[in-house]
Amino acid sequence: MIPVVIGISIIVFLIMALLPGDPAQAILGSYATPDNLARLRSELGLDKPLVQRYLIWFGNVLHGDFGRSFSLNRPVINEVMDRLGPTMLLAGSSLMLASLFGLVTGTVAAIRQYGWQDRLFTVLVLVGISTPSFWLGLILVLFFSVQLGWFPVSGMQSITGSGGFLDVLHHLVLPAFTLAIVATGVIARLTRSSMLEVLRREYIRSARAKGLSERRVVYVHAFKNALVSIIPVLGIQAGFVIGGAVYIETVFQWPGIGRMLVTAILTRDILLVQGGVFVIAIIYVLINLVTDVLQHMVDPRISA
Amino acid sequence: MRYRSSGLARFARNRTAAVGLGMVILIVLISLAAPILPLANPNATDLAIRLKPPGTAGHLLGTDQLGRDILSRLIWGTRVSLAVGLVATFAAAVVGSLIGIIAAYYSRWLDNLLMRGIDMLMAFPYILLALAIVAILGPGLLNALLAISVVNIPFFARNVRGAAVGLVRLEYVDTARLSGLSNARILFGELLPNVLPVIMITISTTVGWMILETAGLSFLGLGAQPPQADLGSMLGDGRDLILIAPHVATIPGLVILVLVIGINLTGDGLRDVLDPQLKSGALASPAPMTAVDHTAAAANRAAGTAGALAVSGLSTSFVLGPATVRAVQNVSFSVAPGESLGVMGESGSGKSVTALSVLQLVPTPPGRITAGSVAYDGQELVGAPLSTLQNLRGNRIAFVFQNPMTALNPLLSVGEQIVESLRRHQGLRGRAARQKAIELLDAVHIPDAEARLTTYPHELSGGMRQRAGTAIALSNDPDVIIADEPTTALDVTIQAQILRLFNELRVKRGLRLVFISHDFGVLSEVCDRIVVMYAGQIVETGSVKEIYESPLHPYTRRLMACVPMIGRAEEPLTAIPGLPPDLAQLPSGCYFADRCDLAIERCRAAPIELRTMSQGRSARCVRAGETAV
Repeated sequence: MIPVVIGISIIVFLIMALLPGDPAQAILGSYATPDNLARLRSELGLDKPLVQRYLIWFGNVLHGDFGRSFSLNRPVINEVMDRLGPTMLLAGSSLMLASLFGLVTGTVAAIRQYGWQDRLFTVLVLVGISTPSFWLGLILVLFFSVQLGWFPVSGMQSITGSGGFLDVLHHLVLPAFTLAIVATGVIARLTRSSMLEVLRREYIRSARAKGLSERRVVYVHAFKNALVSIIPVLGIQAGFVIGGAVYIETVFQWPGIGRMLVTAILTRDILLVQGGVFVIAIIYVLINLVTDVLQHMVDPRISA
Repeated sequence: MRYRSSGLARFARNRTAAVGLGMVILIVLISLAAPILPLANPNATDLAIRLKPPGTAGHLLGTDQLGRDILSRLIWGTRVSLAVGLVATFAAAVVGSLIGIIAAYYSRWLDNLLMRGIDMLMAFPYILLALAIVAILGPGLLNALLAISVVNIPFFARNVRGAAVGLVRLEYVDTARLSGLSNARILFGELLPNVLPVIMITISTTVGWMILETAGLSFLGLGAQPPQADLGSMLGDGRDLILIAPHVATIPGLVILVLVIGINLTGDGLRDVLDPQLKSGALASPAPMTAVDHTAAAANRAAGTAGALAVSGLSTSFVLGPATVRAVQNVSFSVAPGESLGVMGESGSGKSVTALSVLQLVPTPPGRITAGSVAYDGQELVGAPLSTLQNLRGNRIAFVFQNPMTALNPLLSVGEQIVESLRRHQGLRGRAARQKAIELLDAVHIPDAEARLTTYPHELSGGMRQRAGTAIALSNDPDVIIADEPTTALDVTIQAQILRLFNELRVKRGLRLVFISHDFGVLSEVCDRIVVMYAGQIVETGSVKEIYESPLHPYTRRLMACVPMIGRAEEPLTAIPGLPPDLAQLPSGCYFADRCDLAIERCRAAPIELRTMSQGRSARCVRAGETAV
């Protein structure tokens, strides 16, 4: 855990260090006054050696200080924290949708192998994992928001805003669903193949030889074993969902970190990029920690 | 060479993969042909005809916000997207594979260094890392390509290293090193060709993503910059127009979708060819009961008397493609109350399939019961509904399997695996079930039974595991236990303990056994009668004493000579020469004739009947009963 965080911090630090040319110039843009440039250079400690700069930077990060965003003229940490909630809401609900649909459809496809459900499943999964989510988002907006008027096109302001829970939910449906599509496909496909793999095992025959109902055989004996190979992938998919949020937040004008990052890159607001990337990476590490714990809970063999 | 042609043939047979490849080839050909196609200039703007819908004369797919021809831009844009996607894939494959084989081949610290670096990259969510790289380099198509390529390097490095580590341990790498080949020759001449399939598989899974992700970066405005356009940036341009001119954004997205579907279909087909173990979708999961042919179900006659397990004329086959493997042929036996039956034969003789067929536990596909009848307590089981079988399974007739390591569910505690059986058939729950489970573990002499309830199978020794398996079988006080080589996976002292346990249960509980083994010595300890099976048929029946003293079939004699037995020390142990016949192509005469030193012409002429020699004694041998043999 701690080595990973240090590794992440080094890579994030390098975003700044590897910046071609003068970082102060890159941060302040070409209209910066020499005064401002000089001040920022000493603020960033650019006159000091790299290792020392890293240690100073990391020390500040540990205190929650990622510097000041020049384009927004406010501390990076404040902006990141404001936008973290919406992103986590979006990514979290997408991951839950994807896990739910993926596990259910994958299991059904496995037990109805070669049936019509399985065939339909194969086609849907293929389309799901091949769909550009940013395009699907537009299509869904076109259909559900513009044609049917069921959901708002965009306009989510803040998750703690005045509209209340139902308003948030109303804004959440389309983006969460869009973001979930690809992850659903991946999880469903893996669930199907893991279930098929597990259903051929001898302990499934043993369970049937006990006269247990098929429901118990499939949902307890097989599913639990299939989860052993599914859980790590749920962690990986969490990463894909958080990353994919970048597109979806842009399509739906969602006030999250992804959209912030894209704007920050286009305006060359590097400190904001650093802060956003670092916080998301740490959250991803925590998610993987959670999947490790889940894995231990399901599989007694790895606790040793 | 043979492998390659069969691989190609397999790929061609896979219709969906061929369709996918066709889609990809079509898109590639059209985009390659862009310069020679009669297309409008993709960058010629004409504000007078902006945002024309598809079908406009001269502009088949309409025009965009600057009046540019969408069809033309689409084809030129596809060229850019394809080129970027392929170059990114190629670069990631080269660099990642290089890291992978170098990490596998060189010293431990280099391996550690490289792979920790790869782990570090993978600690970031995939797209986020690409964004960070674009943040450093600035927006632009080339930078987007580089970013996507870098974030895919870990997939290649990990997969290739995984495959190469296995190869490095093999002897031939050492041999190559000793014979003075340079490291470079070993890396690229020996290792690289062998990990090539892994590289291909990784390409097939990542190339679709890479095209999607580069399109995504362009969509965000971080990739292709005007006037250059790829599919992603066209989509991005159309995003703001989605309400007034939806075609500008939807059409490029559709092309991306079709292209990536084609690539993924091709990739799936490729993986089936290159990775035979994977065979996505070719894994058939067994049904809860063996399929029964209509003719078999129709020909049933409820045989047997009250309390008896009677099998008559049972035949089970495995349908494997064009071949039908006749695993069990016309097998009949019965087990009356108070009696234990041994089934003896080599592996592949059909004894396990016979046992599993009794409660239709033979996996379907590929197994089918093609004929015969199984009756328990006067009730016909072949063709009976699943619920009837489930009520008998684990209740009146229970199983103990050969390998307790694989037969017990690794994720459920021993207690749970006993209790679920008690709950199913006796409705026992909570404390009552727990109490009963402890009694059962006691009955099979598992020490400290109460503490063992929460133990998982992997925490037990082999012998203890088999005792736990036996406790599960005993849980509903069954009439019959079918034990399929329950001692074979155990070492000899444990084997003796388990046999003692079965004997004790037989005496104390009046348990009937159908005990399967290749070992006459084992059977003689727990059985009254024995049927000997060979190539799916019963070849001899008799009491333990009769078989021991005067085996009638040459196969029985050879089989008994294979295992050491007390009181027969003077005879040398010999393996049976030759192999059992191919069950898919059985000879017309005696199945054992080719391995039999007593075979005469008559043996091969016609099918041999199982002849009754005396009460309870029969043999499938034309020479049985001849005084000289």
